[in-house]
Amino acid sequence: MAKIVVDVMLKPEILDPQGTAVAAALPRLGFSFAQSVRQGKRFEIEIEGEPTVEQLAQVEKAAETLLANPVIETFTVRVEK
Amino acid sequence: MKVGVVTFPGTLDDRDAARAVRFAGAQAVALWHADSDLHGVDAVILPGGFSYGDYLRCGAISRFAPVMQTIITRAGEGMPLLGICNGFQVLCEAHLLPGALTRNSELHFLCRDQKISIENNKTAWTSSYSQGEEIVIPLKNGEGSFQCDDATLARLEGDGRIVARYVGENPNGSRNLIAGITNERGNIVGLMPHPEHAIDSLTGPSDQGLGFFTSVLTAMVNK
Repeated sequence: MAKIVVDVMLKPEILDPQGTAVAAALPRLGFSFAQSVRQGKRFEIEIEGEPTVEQLAQVEKAAETLLANPVIETFTVRVEK
Repeated sequence: MKVGVVTFPGTLDDRDAARAVRFAGAQAVALWHADSDLHGVDAVILPGGFSYGDYLRCGAISRFAPVMQTIITRAGEGMPLLGICNGFQVLCEAHLLPGALTRNSELHFLCRDQKISIENNKTAWTSSYSQGEEIVIPLKNGEGSFQCDDATLARLEGDGRIVARYVGENPNGSRNLIAGITNERGNIVGLMPHPEHAIDSLTGPSDQGLGFFTSVLTAMVNK
């Protein structure tokens, strides 16, 4: 069984109020390392056996159509062993 | 004249939208998300709510409902289509309108009476208003911040496709105070605040939202 991971992030120019809220909360807890925080989504898709090139292309298509909104988000697809 | 009002699982404002249609003098027809038949309607409203629980992104799953496939085709042929709040989010996800609605800049769910100005009274849904008219209708959403890239914003502004703008302080971080936009043809309008909750002063802050629903009757008569 293989796991295909799709990471979705807001484009850098899109305001991310959730990330900003996290960045503001960190120093209140004594964590002073963060210059900025962006929050995204991660999808884990399990498939039978090793993914074929065609399956990965289908995942790309699904990510572009449903998992991410290309108007405001970018995504990456990778296989995790 | 028949105006369809779509119900998705999680839609809230379909009854108020249907009531507004009847107040304006048209027949409201309930449309179900899983039924691709539009039952002979002349125009469609996608009402507010939390379709599919707002899972994934607001409107992202509704966009692929069977009823939407027919609506997308008919709207492309010129049928008047109004998306309010969650309906606006569905229109953006379906790429019928540009841009996207994202989390309010202050992260809070907003529920208030909001003043907006009508910036384009040439659309199928705004002809009952005068240009620049200011009205007060409810605004209630968690993800109402209109975002798009600079080129899209310049095109929307240049072509007069901003239908409504917030007046006063920006409530949710929307670019250029945008509360509503239209497509090039002017038959599709997306609006974040809720005109259907302001059709008579007994139950709403004003009756100033009714104009959206009387406008579409005029548009259908003049077709």
